[in-house]
Amino acid sequence: MTHIKTLNTKLLQNTVEKGGCGECQTSCQSACKTSCTVANQACENR
Amino acid sequence: MIHKYTLNGMFIVLDVNSGAVHIVDELVYDILDYYREADTDTIVQKLSDKYGEDDIRTAISELDELVAARQLFTPDTYAAVAPFVKKREPVVKALCLHIAHDCNLKCKYCFAEEGEYHGKRELMSAEVGKKAIDMLIKTSGARKNLEIDFFGGEPLMNFGVVKEIVEYARSIENEHGKKFRFTITTNGILLDDEKLDYINKNMHNLVLSIDGRKEVNDRMRPRAGGQGSYDNIVPKFQKAAESRNQTDYYVRGTFTRHNLDFSEDVMHLADLGFKQISVEPVVADLSEDYAIQESDLPAIFKEYENLTNKIKERREKGEWFNFFHFMIDLTGGPCVIKRLVGCGSGTEYLAVSPSGDLYPCHQFVGRPEFKMGTVDTGVVNTDIRCDFENCNVYNKPACKECWARFYCSGGCVANSYNTHGDLISPYEIGCEMQRKRIECAIYLKACEE
Ligand code: SF4
Ligand code: SF4
Repeated sequence: MTHIKTLNTKLLQNTVEKGGCGECQTSCQSACKTSCTVANQACENR
Repeated sequence: MIHKYTLNGMFIVLDVNSGAVHIVDELVYDILDYYREADTDTIVQKLSDKYGEDDIRTAISELDELVAARQLFTPDTYAAVAPFVKKREPVVKALCLHIAHDCNLKCKYCFAEEGEYHGKRELMSAEVGKKAIDMLIKTSGARKNLEIDFFGGEPLMNFGVVKEIVEYARSIENEHGKKFRFTITTNGILLDDEKLDYINKNMHNLVLSIDGRKEVNDRMRPRAGGQGSYDNIVPKFQKAAESRNQTDYYVRGTFTRHNLDFSEDVMHLADLGFKQISVEPVVADLSEDYAIQESDLPAIFKEYENLTNKIKERREKGEWFNFFHFMIDLTGGPCVIKRLVGCGSGTEYLAVSPSGDLYPCHQFVGRPEFKMGTVDTGVVNTDIRCDFENCNVYNKPACKECWARFYCSGGCVANSYNTHGDLISPYEIGCEMQRKRIECAIYLKACEE
């Protein structure tokens, strides 16, 4: 590719099958907590 | 669906449904305005003033490759898994324990109304806390990792009970095959060496509340007598951060309309030596003078860009610190199912009031219409749980159309309720800021590649 550089990402469609185990942390997004975007949460089931 | 934007001259394209991120040149960026609707010849014709034909054709073929690899215009197939999420056995894996509905500061923006939460001053008893632990073990099904968050008011005002609860949980976790992770939030006034030592030995995370520069902090976070809290807490927080090796803690602050130059506060905290920093927009009734108004958004966007540049500059100098709201994990991060459901309030996550009543989350505590049960009965009002279970991005009309949905997961339900009186209409000003932060975060990642 000469015009496009693709960053290394985990493709979401590949997480459907094994996903949903629910071991990951909860993630409040409000300002009163350690708020965050869900997207930075760690997966406990790699 | 894609989202494209530019920041500091970088052209960035996000493929929403795969999560792929592409850094492109201006040519590709321009082609994407037509790519889906027009054929190659038409695009060549439209852009021939600006670019050579060969270049345009090569760029289009590169885009075709990405589409074939399911990294561009990837179809959204996840709506089909959303009902599956709902059918999961309802388990609770995290509790927010309101250890003290009382506070020794008078922060002006406190949604807990200076710790009282629409009710009276009250401390949780060890008995209620232990029952909450028992209930969590019982309702957590096969989940191993359980979270307990000691929240307030100011939890250190009832620290003896915190310790009793921690010890109780530790004494029974093994026999039940569970592992507890504790977090405590504090304003620092009562933090001393002994408590810090206990916290370091027992708590997975520590949240230290401070807003940034002295004048900013003291304006919004005064003590009961009106004097500021900054001088009292800063040395203790510095010590706490060091004693935890600068990990597994956060200093967290709130910015308001009074400090829209909040990047200065973030940098101030960094200059104080903190490496884990979170400064976030206040959530407040729009009638408050410090509330963020829609008209403030352009200034806030600019400020997030300023902050991005300052962070980048520091990192290039080797002075790393983490700004929580710009953290984004592109190579790991949670599965798409987690990304559909978000915070889990009212389902996986519940708050417990000092007297042992259960609510969907800390922001709903004290609102009788949201009481779900007690630590004795467990969740009995399953209608409320059902309403919260339905909160996934596919049930929120605005989120269904939003490019940020798999980063944001549909936002804060409490904010929706506070601004619109329902659980599924997001708080738009919050959305605008959220989207801007995601753009900045991805840009920072791209700079580091
Ligand atoms: S509803 Fe809002 S405040 Fe409550 S847990 Fe979810 S994100 Fe946090
Ligand atoms: S930014 Fe707003 S509209 Fe977009 S997913 Fe989040 S809550 Fe929904």
